[in-house]
Amino acid sequence: MEAKSRDLWVFVETSEDGRAKNVGIELLTPGRMMADKQQGSLVAVVIGWQVEEAVKTASAYGADRILVVEGEEYRHYSTDAYTHAICKLVEKYGPTSMMIGATGNGRDLGPRVSCRLGTGLTADCTALDIDGESGNVAWTRPAFGGNLMATIMCPDHRPQIGTVRPGVFKKGIPGEGKAEVIREDIHMDVSQIRTRVLELIREVNEEMVDLEGAQIIVSGGRGVGGPEGFGIIRELAQVLGGTVGASRAAVDAGWIGHAHQVGQTGKTVGPKLYIACGISGAIQHVAGMSSSDYIVAINKDPDASIFNVADFGVVGNLFEVIPVLIEEIKKAKA
Amino acid sequence: MNILICVKQVPDTTEIRIDPVKNTLIREGVPSILNPFDGYALEAAARIRDAHPDTRIVVVSMGLPQAKNALKECLAIAADKAYLVSDRPFGGSDTLATSYILSQAIGKIQELEGKFDAIFCGKQAIDGDTAQVGPEIAEHLGYPQVTYGLEASLEGNVLHVKKEVEEGVEILEVGLPCVVTFTKPAWDPRYPTIKRKLAAGRAEIPVLSAADLTGIDLSRAGLKGSPTKVKKTFVPQKKTGGVKIQEEHAGDSARKLFTLLGDAGII
Repeated sequence: MEAKSRDLWVFVETSEDGRAKNVGIELLTPGRMMADKQQGSLVAVVIGWQVEEAVKTASAYGADRILVVEGEEYRHYSTDAYTHAICKLVEKYGPTSMMIGATGNGRDLGPRVSCRLGTGLTADCTALDIDGESGNVAWTRPAFGGNLMATIMCPDHRPQIGTVRPGVFKKGIPGEGKAEVIREDIHMDVSQIRTRVLELIREVNEEMVDLEGAQIIVSGGRGVGGPEGFGIIRELAQVLGGTVGASRAAVDAGWIGHAHQVGQTGKTVGPKLYIACGISGAIQHVAGMSSSDYIVAINKDPDASIFNVADFGVVGNLFEVIPVLIEEIKKAKA
Repeated sequence: MNILICVKQVPDTTEIRIDPVKNTLIREGVPSILNPFDGYALEAAARIRDAHPDTRIVVVSMGLPQAKNALKECLAIAADKAYLVSDRPFGGSDTLATSYILSQAIGKIQELEGKFDAIFCGKQAIDGDTAQVGPEIAEHLGYPQVTYGLEASLEGNVLHVKKEVEEGVEILEVGLPCVVTFTKPAWDPRYPTIKRKLAAGRAEIPVLSAADLTGIDLSRAGLKGSPTKVKKTFVPQKKTGGVKIQEEHAGDSARKLFTLLGDAGII
């Protein structure tokens, strides 16, 4: 389809309590830059049930306009209802480009929407820009397990759509919020939603793992040696007020749950401080944490490639280094 | 139940290395494997057949002729029949064009094999990591979809799919026909038996070309049918210049690290 405006849309995913998920708000940061370069408005798209909180947040973080679709059928995410709502909005307003957070739901929704609209989608982007020459969005993403970066454009189809990884961009500074709010009456009969949630089994025996929102992450890898080795990792995370992460090796070995996995096939994180303990630094892991502000590596192998990305690298046995580090932190706090 | 699995042959990305001089991917000598997530989809179908022995499993792959190796692996593990979709006009397809061609191929295979009740895919291929082809096939066919499946069971005339979500695991009910994409479950897929392996080696794999897919619009296939274009590729930049701490005693290293982190205002 032809674009009807130069606007850039950000899909702001909501949780069931009507709040905006972090990634949608993060995306307003590059969204501002791109909308300005496109010479269009920055539009947040909020779909859900009782989403006032999310609308307020999107406004505070700089959206010029907010399109709101509310209904009980949107309370719980479904492919059918959300695809329907977004495609109706796109047909009406014809934005030039659209970004969706690459959460589980975002990655379910993106391809369905782009296929229905017959346009291109670039998945899991980690860098964004507007190409100066063509004015197209330059979507940059990792491929081949993070070994290669590719910059992709969608020159002849609109809207250009991309999913963007959570944790890559930082939230801006909230302001008073002056967004124009437009409510759209789009509905889907519940009987037309072809999937039905029978049960949600919440993860048990696992602390809530909010890696993407964490300010400090302490991660363990193969060098931790076993499930009991994560005890010291948890303790360090606890004294720092951080969250426990893990490499794929540790998760695959069954030492810790998949929810903790950082890397290409796990979460992408961008904390202030990332402490990698006993992690060799495979490119798949680095792809998920390299945007951290500070990286500390503790590893007994002086040639481990994790030291190539670390700001501070300690060559030593993590079981000897970490207890002393914990003691020092406790002393400083006391 | 009649199940179709879409599979892809991929380079083993854990074996890929970077040429330090040219700063490019070294692809020579990297083994080609069945995309692991597609293996989980195949296992999920095999488990349905364990419970319902009249289940038939067909696999399809789009790719170069050597993708037959991945299809033979599927036959050795659990599949009853395999098809390869391969032709020059299909080369260079992005996910939208690939899913369009596969949806056309599925129509053709259904003429030969009967209608499929479910189409299973891996959640993504480990070379592209896009996770797009499964949902796009569902959209082309107008089927409902469930992504991030861990396991599926046939309950009467619907599927119950365990799906990985942020909060834990969700059990979804979805009617047939549908598309389900699978992620890594808690178990390992089954291995082929010697007998199946021998039979797979001898199996004939029909190749579907553009001419076989009557009614396909080739302007929607290949490079020209792909809305996305790769503008450039590059090797990610390495960060350098970090501080290395290696005191004689580990405790001294820890104290030095603590001091440096404090000085930098990090903790």
